[in-house]
Amino acid sequence: MKRFLRTILLADLFEGLWVTLRTQHPRNITTEQYPAVIPKVGERYRGLPRLNTNPETGETLCISCDLCALACPENLIVVGWVRNPETKRKDLVDFTYDTSRCMFCGLCEDACPVDALELTQDYQMASFTRDGQIFDRELLEEGTKPTKYKW
Amino acid sequence: MSETFLDSTELVLNMGPQHPSTHGVLRVIVKLDGEKVTGTECVIGYLHRGVEKIAENRTYAMFAPYVDRMDYVAAISNGLGYCLAVEKLISVEAPERAQVVRVILTELNRIASHLVWLGTHALDIGALTPLFYCMREREDILNIFEKYCGARLTTHAFRIGGLQYETYEGFEKECLEFCDKFTPRVDEYEELLTENRIWKERLIDVGILNAEDCKAYGVTGPMLRSAGVEWDIRKALPYSGYEKYDFEIPTRTNGDCYDRYIVRVQEMRQSARIVRQGVEMLAPGPIIGKVPKVLKPPMGEAYVSIEAPKGELGYYVVSDASTQPYRVRVRPPSFVNLQSLDKMARGSLVADLVAVIGTIDIVLGEVDR
Repeated sequence: MKRFLRTILLADLFEGLWVTLRTQHPRNITTEQYPAVIPKVGERYRGLPRLNTNPETGETLCISCDLCALACPENLIVVGWVRNPETKRKDLVDFTYDTSRCMFCGLCEDACPVDALELTQDYQMASFTRDGQIFDRELLEEGTKPTKYKW
Repeated sequence: MSETFLDSTELVLNMGPQHPSTHGVLRVIVKLDGEKVTGTECVIGYLHRGVEKIAENRTYAMFAPYVDRMDYVAAISNGLGYCLAVEKLISVEAPERAQVVRVILTELNRIASHLVWLGTHALDIGALTPLFYCMREREDILNIFEKYCGARLTTHAFRIGGLQYETYEGFEKECLEFCDKFTPRVDEYEELLTENRIWKERLIDVGILNAEDCKAYGVTGPMLRSAGVEWDIRKALPYSGYEKYDFEIPTRTNGDCYDRYIVRVQEMRQSARIVRQGVEMLAPGPIIGKVPKVLKPPMGEAYVSIEAPKGELGYYVVSDASTQPYRVRVRPPSFVNLQSLDKMARGSLVADLVAVIGTIDIVLGEVDR
């Protein structure tokens, strides 16, 4: 009899609906309005790689030690350098970073002894071509310029 | 069916690999007699990436990010298992603080994994609402992960010998806040599901697997505990200092889909309890042990199993005294648990098959590796 009444009066339905109704208040909204509102990610977020330069002189911090390339599980970093005959030091010529193969594990960042290579909080790195995913030195130093949408 | 005047022939139905309720790329060949399932056969391997083979070509530290990609719903548990296995190989133990942080994060990950399971399983059964609530809570956990180690899903949070990152400012507070918020939220899910008549009728006495069968198939985790066996590696073979935490192992007796649901929900509560204790235990100290930069473990082998959200997760690492492992073998819980599908689904209806697949809590990344 009790079960019959519960069925007739849709008791189970209303019990469930009561939970739903409780969370209807606007302050319970948790949806994010991307891309109108670009969310801020954590400080340690591992996103787009960046090759840091000295802010005063604009020179690269990279010392071409090749440790990041050795630490990378996917072998996607290629460091190109020439020996400078005057200073006897390695000069960075080219630096390619294939983000299409990158899994953003952060091992290259950990391996870098001078904090030149860094994974930044930028996560907008889509491109229309596969070649666009292979970042050269220029792109790594300046960062990508994602399309701005008007909302 | 043989008494009917109609000819009844066995119907072979192909379920998956692109089927929403198979939770990935699982293909099940179902043999049907009318609505009744007379046999199932799983076809796996659609997500095979050869992770174990990759390990043989990477150094020990390099392989750590790959293990996150097996059970991507509980990446931190995978990382812990691998790190513990290599630590056993090189006889290094993580410092006290690292162990506590590891426990906190793995327990948060257990909650996140169970939340994904609860949401998607309820979705399979036909209750849409819990999915949104579960994802809402999971978001808080993922935010903690993001702030701690910089990634949300495939975290690579632990390193061999301890941790790479120190906890961020406000880590303890956020964990406690989450726990405080989480317990009433679990009550909310239970309000929606536990006493719901449709939920009960769809799950009670469906997909029964008793204790003997569980042991015969090697089924572990919540499935084994729902059959009444109190087996939890955190209690039986404690690792990472689990013996210091006070928690219970929820068990049930029937071993049907409903009991598995109850066990998992109770486990979420227990995990929140462990997180609270862990935050209290957190004391300052070093976070990484003495591990050489170039890791060359002595010749030998190590097997470590941990209690992942889905069951016993084992890592077997063989070293030949070089920088790369000679062999890494993973004992994934979902792969082993999946083989009991035929036993559970035989004789049930097609609609129940979906419920049974759901309660195994499989992640195909881990099944296929």
